[in-house]
Amino acid sequence: MDEQNRELTEQSLLINLMRDLINMKQWHIFLAFFRVGILGYGGGPSSIPLVQKEVVEKYKWMDDEEFANILALGNSLPGPIATKMAGYIGYRVSGIIGMINAVLATIVPTILIMIVLLTFLSSMSDQPWVAGMTQAVVPVVGVMLATLTYDFLKKAKGALGWVITIIMAVISALLIEWAGIHPGIIIAILLIFALVKPDKAKQKDNQKEGQSS
Amino acid sequence: MKYWDIFVAFFIPGIVGYGGGPASIPLVENEVVDRYGWMSVNDFSEMLAMANALPGPIATKMAGYIGYQQGGVLGSIVGIFATVAPSLILMVVLLSILLRFKDSPKVKRMTTLIRPTIAVLLGVMAFNLFHTSYIDSGVWQMLGIGLVSFILMEKVKLHPAFVILGSLIYGAVFLS
Repeated sequence: MDEQNRELTEQSLLINLMRDLINMKQWHIFLAFFRVGILGYGGGPSSIPLVQKEVVEKYKWMDDEEFANILALGNSLPGPIATKMAGYIGYRVSGIIGMINAVLATIVPTILIMIVLLTFLSSMSDQPWVAGMTQAVVPVVGVMLATLTYDFLKKAKGALGWVITIIMAVISALLIEWAGIHPGIIIAILLIFALVKPDKAKQKDNQKEGQSS
Repeated sequence: MKYWDIFVAFFIPGIVGYGGGPASIPLVENEVVDRYGWMSVNDFSEMLAMANALPGPIATKMAGYIGYQQGGVLGSIVGIFATVAPSLILMVVLLSILLRFKDSPKVKRMTTLIRPTIAVLLGVMAFNLFHTSYIDSGVWQMLGIGLVSFILMEKVKLHPAFVILGSLIYGAVFLS
C-alpha cells in the first residue's frame, strides 16, 4: 500500500515537473517573440535578425543552418514573413500551442497599442489640432511610400533590367488604373507564369539534346 | 457578411503578397479604400503612419486595426487570421515538399516578377497621398513637409518613428 502511494506521488511529481517544464517553454516562446515584436521596427523583414538572435543564440532551439532553411522556406510562400517565422518556429519547438503562442506574442502587443492610439485620435477628430496632425503626416507617409516604390523598382531592375522592369510597370499601371483589373489577379498570373515557365538552364539542355539527336 | 468581407479583404493581400509585409501595403489599400470603401485615403495614411511608427510586423498591425474598426474584437481576429493563417498553415503542412523547392530559381523569380506591379501600386498610393495633401494643406506645406521628412529619413537616417512624431507635433501646432 505504502509503496503504491509513493509510486503515485512520484508519478504526480513527475507530471507536475513536466508540466512546469512545458510551461517554461511556452513562457520562453512568448518572451522570445514578444521581444521580437516590440523591438522590430520597420515591418517583418527587418525583424529577422532579432528572431535569429532569440531562437538560435539565446534559446538554442535550432542551429544556424536550420534557421536559414526555415527562412528560405518562409520566403518561398506569400504573406507576412514575421508571423510565418514565429508560427513555424513555435510549432517546431512545442506544437500547435507553441505556434499560437509565438504568433500572438509577435503581433498582439503592437496591435493593441495601435488600436488604443488610433481610437483615441479618431475620438478627438473634431479638434483642430488632430486635423492638423492628420494633414501634416500625409506627405510624410507619401515620402515613405515613394522611397518604397523606388526600392522595389531598383530591386526589380537588378534582376530584370530597366527595359523589362519599365515595360512590366507600364503594363501593370494600364491594367490596374485604366482597365480596372484587380491587382491580385495580375500578381496571381505573374506568380503562375514564374512557376510554369521552364528554367533557362533546362531550355539550353533541351536545345543541346535536340541538336545532338 | 461583414466578417466574410473582412476575411476576403485580408486573405487576398496575404496570399498574393510575396516579399513580406511592406509588399502587402498597397494590396491592403486596394481592398480597404478602393474596393470596400472602409477608409478614406487620409484615414489610411494616418493608420499607415502609426503602423510605421510602432514596432512589429506591419501587415498584422493593419489587419488587426482595420478589422477592429470594422467589426470589433471579432473583426480584428478575423483580419489577423486571414493575414496569417493561410501561408502559415501551408508552411507547416507542406514542409517536406517546400524544402525541395526552396532553392529553386522559380521561387526567386516569383518574388522578382511581381516587383514592378507592387512598385506601381506603391507609386499610385504615394501620388494619391501627395494629391490629398496638396488639396488639404496647399502646395507649400506639402513640398516643405515632404522635403524635410525625405532629408531626415533618407539622408540623416533618422528613425521614421521620430519623423512621424515630429510631423504630428508640427501639424498640431501649425496646421490647426
